[in-house]
Amino acid sequence: MPYIIDRRLNSKNKNTVNRQRFLRRYRKQIKKAVSEAIGKRSITDMDRGEDVSIPREDVNEPVFGHGPGGRRDFVLTGNKEFVTGDRIQRPPPQGGGGAGEGEASDSGEGDDDFVFQISQEEFLEFMFEDLALPNMVKRQLADSSEFKLARAGFSEVGSPSQLNVVRSLRSAHARKIALGGKKRRRRKELRLELEGFVEPLTEAEESRKKVILDEIDVLSRKINAIPYIDEFDLKYNLTVKLPQPSPKAVMFCLMDVSGSMTEEIKDTAKRFFFLLYLFLKRNYEKIELVFIRHHNTASEVNEHDFFYSRETGGTVVSSALTLMDEIIQERYSPSQWNIYAAQASDGDNWQGDTEKCVELLTEKVLPCVQHYSYIEIGKRPPQELWYSYKEIQGGIFKDRFDLKAVQDNTQIYPVFRQLFERGVS
Amino acid sequence: MSRREPISTGPDWTFELLEQYDQEIARIAKEKFKLDTYANQIEVIRSDQMMDAYASVGMPVSYNHWTYGKKFVSTEKNYSRGRMGLAYEIVINSDPCIAYLMEENSMTMQALVIAHACYGHNSFFKGNYLFRTWTDAEAIIDYLVFAKKYIADCEERHGVDAVESLLDSCHALMNYGVDRYKRPLPISAEAERARQKEREHYIQTHLNDLWRTIPDTAKQIDEPQRKTFPEDPQENILYFVEKNAPHLESWQREVVRIVRKMAQYFYPQRQTQVMNEGWATFWHYTILNEMYDEGLVNDAFMLEFLTSHTNVVAQPEYDSPYYSGINPYALGFAMMTDIRRICENPTDEDKRWFPDIAGSDWLETLHYAMKNYRDESFIEQYLSPTVIRQFRFFALEDNEYKSTIDVTAIHDDEGYRRVREVLSQQYNLSSNEPDIQVYNVNIRGDRSLTLRHYQHNDRPLNEETDEVLKHMRRLWGYDVRLESFGDNHQAKVFEA
Repeated sequence: MPYIIDRRLNSKNKNTVNRQRFLRRYRKQIKKAVSEAIGKRSITDMDRGEDVSIPREDVNEPVFGHGPGGRRDFVLTGNKEFVTGDRIQRPPPQGGGGAGEGEASDSGEGDDDFVFQISQEEFLEFMFEDLALPNMVKRQLADSSEFKLARAGFSEVGSPSQLNVVRSLRSAHARKIALGGKKRRRRKELRLELEGFVEPLTEAEESRKKVILDEIDVLSRKINAIPYIDEFDLKYNLTVKLPQPSPKAVMFCLMDVSGSMTEEIKDTAKRFFFLLYLFLKRNYEKIELVFIRHHNTASEVNEHDFFYSRETGGTVVSSALTLMDEIIQERYSPSQWNIYAAQASDGDNWQGDTEKCVELLTEKVLPCVQHYSYIEIGKRPPQELWYSYKEIQGGIFKDRFDLKAVQDNTQIYPVFRQLFERGVS
Repeated sequence: MSRREPISTGPDWTFELLEQYDQEIARIAKEKFKLDTYANQIEVIRSDQMMDAYASVGMPVSYNHWTYGKKFVSTEKNYSRGRMGLAYEIVINSDPCIAYLMEENSMTMQALVIAHACYGHNSFFKGNYLFRTWTDAEAIIDYLVFAKKYIADCEERHGVDAVESLLDSCHALMNYGVDRYKRPLPISAEAERARQKEREHYIQTHLNDLWRTIPDTAKQIDEPQRKTFPEDPQENILYFVEKNAPHLESWQREVVRIVRKMAQYFYPQRQTQVMNEGWATFWHYTILNEMYDEGLVNDAFMLEFLTSHTNVVAQPEYDSPYYSGINPYALGFAMMTDIRRICENPTDEDKRWFPDIAGSDWLETLHYAMKNYRDESFIEQYLSPTVIRQFRFFALEDNEYKSTIDVTAIHDDEGYRRVREVLSQQYNLSSNEPDIQVYNVNIRGDRSLTLRHYQHNDRPLNEETDEVLKHMRRLWGYDVRLESFGDNHQAKVFEA
């Protein structure tokens, strides 16, 4: 009889391990493909998988085989015009059309790369590999809103819904054995003695039997009086509430939208913000975004306005920092939130404002944040802001302040990596 | 015979229908055509599971290695791009014989697959002499489970990298891990486990003696001049490594052995592609036609079946862009059908070429051919002028010393024999794979190993040779040389 089995419900991904092994082996190539892809991709689709191609010879597994040369006889199908003795011009060595590939192995043929796809998750995995958030220490434990229930053994008290039947009955059973043990043993002895009597009985035996029967009766009653289950036996599942570390983070995006910022520069900045956002998202459960744009005054705006609305005006960077400080005071207490900030600018600033910026940063902002990164975008030599910021970097906040110069889109990812490289702190 | 009602008419299949079809097919296969099979185990799977099965070369369990991951990602990619369809079935040479059916198949396709795999391939596995001698259908699944577990344990104990690189090396030499002539002893998986420990111990002691460095004075006096070691060249390189490599640890020897066993298991399949597929195709064709004659299936069923069958046995011509060698389904099916024709309606030509079988009982003749041949000998024996004409085969000679490729024979009276001979050689594994054997080990000196390659028709080794030798060196632990001998002159020496 045939045996028909429905395997469709079996788990899929039987090859997950093998796939992982493969990715592990070609990590280097995949990483390269990923970082190239990031350079090419538009900002809105960082969040998907990617085709990775690896040179065919790298994935080839060598085996002994025949190379070209020597003498070889072979048969082909579909003869149309040839007769015995025909001489055919040798086709050019590569590929060789249809001629004679009948049994030759097809490995080693063709220069096509080995192409495969990695999933979105794997893509991000490779993208942020070896990166760590600086100062990711502040995890908010006091925030009591998030709890996780966890098993913690058994308890004598509890609500009926938590009753553990097996444990309760087990303990009742033990109690019954313990309380009735002596009586049971006595009853057993008496019963044995009773069995020892052989008919016909003498008078003495007769009376002895009666006594025994009476005692057995009493014992049985006592044994049966032991309650089947007692308050004392009840056991309850004990669950405890564990405070869940619920890491919350807020990310401040600061950008200069003054006249000197071109669309191109803004696009580059957007990429940087996006990468940072993706990265934070992988590390924190909850993430809030605050967009602050500024020219000579700063305002908090939504994402769309932040990137797309056009403003002109001068540049006063300190206005943005002041606003950020206010928002932190108001909404994001540093004891509750992990605060990250990224500032993008072309480096322009109002003369005389830079000093104020440095002061604001070192006194108000930096003490609150986990990390503050500044990127200066543009092909020009570093501007005023850069030099002043550079000094901060040498100061006491050097572990949480970083700055990098970026020229165009393709540099965003490498710069991002440099900023968040898992340090040897 | 009275015509019966069709079993089903729609394209959808159900488990009940599968069972009914299977019953009818089994009846026809067994009673009418005397197909002797292992018990069948039909498993319905999804397409992604089919891809899983593809990646592990059709085995239901397999140890983990990146090469399977590589196959998997490339199958996945090609399939999702629509560049390839998946096979309708995969069948495993085991007892019970496991056949995978895809859930996407229509009822017709499921019936085709059942006839093809569960009765065609299955009876081939059970009947053909190569499978009978070289594989043990009963034990293979158990052995695979053992192998998977063993390798997983090794990974845990010695690290994934160590195991992976060892497997890489073994895979490189996998084709040289088979006994071509010596018969293996069938052994069950349980015995295997028990013997594995024993072997571990034995090999270590045995080896130490071979590699003894302290002179054994008493012995040495009697010992005549030592001959080469091994005394005779060894064709099974992996076996030689397993038994004699100086520094492999016992778990490494066991891993070599596992790869070797797998190679041996697949060896018959590599030698009987044309026959196996031809046989299975012939039977699904014959059985389903029989069902039609009995009225068990309707016209719509037959049309769908024939479309699919025609695709399977299509043979593009050599200058077609779709040409990728000779289609084993096409050639096998044509030859099987032709044998039947020769038996039933022989022409004068057939009587001249096949006096033994012309006019004989076709079923018996076909069974005999299935049982006692492999591709090479099957073609040599049974390829008829009719089939040669049908495929318009022509033989060519590609000689590097000539500026042209010469047509040596075509499908005409003078050419049949030559075409048949050349085609038969094309399926001869021993001339397709370079003939490389372990020739000598310098046991008294630097322990280097020498392999010898005897060139066939002066064909040199390919570019990957150096890479393979590096793997060989990793397994052997000392220098490895490969001497490649031409027909008349000593050719290249490779070293690693």
